[in-house]
Amino acid sequence: MSTAVIDALPEASAQPSRVNYLNASYGIRSWLLTTDHKRIALLYLSSITLMFFVGGAFAVLMRLHLIQPQGALVEPDTYNKLFTLHGVIMIFFFLIPSIPATLGNFLVPMMVGARDLAFPRLNLLSWYIYAIGAIFTLYATISGGVDTGWTFYPPYSSTFSHTQVVPVALGVFITGFSSILTGLNFVVTIHKMRAPGLTWFRLPLFIWAIYATSIIMILGTPVVAITIFLLGLERLLHVGIFDPKIGGDPVLFQHLFWFYSHPAVYIMILPGLGVMSELVTCFSRKRIFGYSFVAFSSMAIAVISFLVWGHHMFVTGQSVYAGLIFSVLSFLVAIPSAVKVFNWTATLYKGSISYQAPMLYALGFIGLFTMGGLTGLFLASLATDVHLNGTYFIVAHFHYIMVGGAVMAYLGGIHFWWPKITGRMYPDGWARFAALVIFVGFNLTFFPQFIIGYLGMPRRYAVYPPEFQVLNVMSSAGASILGVGYLIPLIYLIWSMRYGPAAGPNPWQAKGLEWETPSPPPTENFEEIPVVTEEAYDYAAPHTGVARG
Amino acid sequence: MADLAAHGVHPPGFAHQFEDMEQQRDAGSLGMWVFLVTEIMFFGGLFASYIIYRALDLRAFETGSRLLDIRFGAANTAVLIGSSLTMALAIRSAQVGKPKSQIIFYLIMTMILGALFLGLKFTFEWRHDYVEHLVPGFGFAYKGPFAHGVELFFCFYFFMTGLHALHMIVGLGILTVLTIMASRGRFTEQYYAPLEISGLYWHFVDIVWIFLFPLLYLIGGRYVLGGN
Amino acid sequence: MSEHIVPVRIYIGVFLALMALTALTTAVAFIDLGRWNTVAALAIAVTKMFLVVLFFMHLKYSSGLTQLVLLAGFFWLAIMVTLTLSDELTRWWTQTSGSWSALLPFLLRLF
Repeated sequence: MSTAVIDALPEASAQPSRVNYLNASYGIRSWLLTTDHKRIALLYLSSITLMFFVGGAFAVLMRLHLIQPQGALVEPDTYNKLFTLHGVIMIFFFLIPSIPATLGNFLVPMMVGARDLAFPRLNLLSWYIYAIGAIFTLYATISGGVDTGWTFYPPYSSTFSHTQVVPVALGVFITGFSSILTGLNFVVTIHKMRAPGLTWFRLPLFIWAIYATSIIMILGTPVVAITIFLLGLERLLHVGIFDPKIGGDPVLFQHLFWFYSHPAVYIMILPGLGVMSELVTCFSRKRIFGYSFVAFSSMAIAVISFLVWGHHMFVTGQSVYAGLIFSVLSFLVAIPSAVKVFNWTATLYKGSISYQAPMLYALGFIGLFTMGGLTGLFLASLATDVHLNGTYFIVAHFHYIMVGGAVMAYLGGIHFWWPKITGRMYPDGWARFAALVIFVGFNLTFFPQFIIGYLGMPRRYAVYPPEFQVLNVMSSAGASILGVGYLIPLIYLIWSMRYGPAAGPNPWQAKGLEWETPSPPPTENFEEIPVVTEEAYDYAAPHTGVARG
Repeated sequence: MADLAAHGVHPPGFAHQFEDMEQQRDAGSLGMWVFLVTEIMFFGGLFASYIIYRALDLRAFETGSRLLDIRFGAANTAVLIGSSLTMALAIRSAQVGKPKSQIIFYLIMTMILGALFLGLKFTFEWRHDYVEHLVPGFGFAYKGPFAHGVELFFCFYFFMTGLHALHMIVGLGILTVLTIMASRGRFTEQYYAPLEISGLYWHFVDIVWIFLFPLLYLIGGRYVLGGN
Repeated sequence: MSEHIVPVRIYIGVFLALMALTALTTAVAFIDLGRWNTVAALAIAVTKMFLVVLFFMHLKYSSGLTQLVLLAGFFWLAIMVTLTLSDELTRWWTQTSGSWSALLPFLLRLF
């Protein structure tokens, strides 16, 4: 088989001091007015990291409060604001943009062999829209907060809450357009700007995942936008289409809200699933098992995710017949996710596995995502959901997927591509240590929540019966460990940007067009657009000793 | 693939992340179509809600619909269809290399028709509705049958036509920019993508109205009332 | 994007057809066709949409990808409407007979 004809790039040295996208121009204006997708990725990285720690601070306050059954820290009204803002910030301002806006922005053009995204100025606009939405939400946070839950259900949010519903709703509404434009940019780029020879089935699976994510962003986000807009109008006008006084149905809000917000959870996990395929292949030195299955499973998730939203409404007055339909479809959506887990496991089998930090995150992901996913099946089943809905079981379920899954995949991806992004290597010892601390802290925080949820402790409550205290304290202890675990990478990653050893173009010996460029890459990514002739993940077969491809 | 060192090869308006003008045009067009799909879903939330409430309370919606002035609705429909024609002709003028004065003429005609639409809607329809106390949130006071459902209907009427009008205003802004660009001779037979892409947006706004007209104005059964 | 240049007469023809259909749908609204009024109005609206999309928006001359994108938009809208209706219209079923034989007459009542 032929080897890839990828043009040798002029700069072979590993010095990050060459002209690259980081030092090509200086000054704050060159960053705030950049159209370079790599710089925009870093703009996003800074803002979402900030929002992550703001949202995390609310979580810390909640877990401190819950050390005592009668609440240890804040008034119940304040507690309601804490869980609401934790949810709003973590979902809309951290998880949804996290991988797509940072790793996606940085890598999509490089992985498809393009110089930039299709619409670079639109990309910058996306970041500004995100920033403006975040500012509105932070303003609302410091001027009273909001206590409706991140789900904003009327009539409480439209009529009875005395908090800053409109500013937060506005912030979320605005930020939604950031998501839409990013998704639009990715879809057009992937369709129209792939390098010659880069057919769909030669694309890295990360691109398939980003493409599927973008489809969800494009089709779903506008619906939550109009829904939140209608909610804001109802609050301002004191009348609206969810108002029972004039024949409106508050459950209709829930339909429209969850039509987006369920697929949104797939926006949050799909990119992580894409990162996983990259990590598992590189650190087992093996081709992915079942490439087309993994690719198609991403698309299947994107489509089926839009058919299941009613499982959030089994107990809110939804017709039991609709509940039946949604329950069956919810079981269906688990299948493509399971397919991926099987395929990664099969990839690991007889692979040549190494345990650097990105791989530790990936291995942790497989276990924790599987647990989170399986517990979703209990919730998809109507009868068990009646018991588990509104309890900590749900909280544990989605945190296993979002934190044990998405955040760990995000960290794994950040660590994997860090040398490419910054041209520096971080200290692997500290990185592995932090990964283990996070893994332990995470499980200690959230596993007890499955138990107390099953035993009946409701979520979103500032107080609880004393028999749940031991498990709550355990969970809070875990949260403090988890918090420390997240601070460690913050420190060594920032340290490495200045003091880390220079990384070469491909420190992991990974396959992919992005690894064929210097670290950090030049502004235009490629001197000449590469021509691709080999399949993705063309790692040497570990047992034959013969380099394939 | 093409080496982009020779800038003179590419026409003005070429963006360097692309390989050639054809890729740029394809990308721009696909981008606008994808954006229109997001708009379908954005308006779609309102249309879906409308469909649901109409199914649940048909009589109230019919009553509300009869309170709208069908003549304005029909006239506005004709005005928007006309503006779509002039927009299509503006694009065509650029495509066949007509002088910029012709492009500008059609763009301005489109803007006049768009402004006429908004004028009819705001100064006649909406003002009349306000005077008749039919605006929810602003002194709604309808005393006939199905009063609550009629108020719900008018929520939809104002939200949907309001959102549509907002999109028209944005469209007028875009047309203004296009007119300025045209007056500077920016559009040629090779480069007219901004016209084409903006045309797609304008036609989409027209299509939304094509559905709003029957759904809001024509469902009330304007035939002789008898025994409803 | 198409380089295809549409002749002026097609544009004029489409315009006249759209105007005629507008007049038609307005006129039909004054005739009592019972539930078929809504069907007629929507059918005419869909026809007008097709004319605008195919000719003014050049979809007739565009790539399959573009056509698929637009189709996807409508398909997803249909998902949202259908599954939401599956709840909103069936809540009353448990209160009365709730049988499938009640479904068809109820759907007909929509119009």
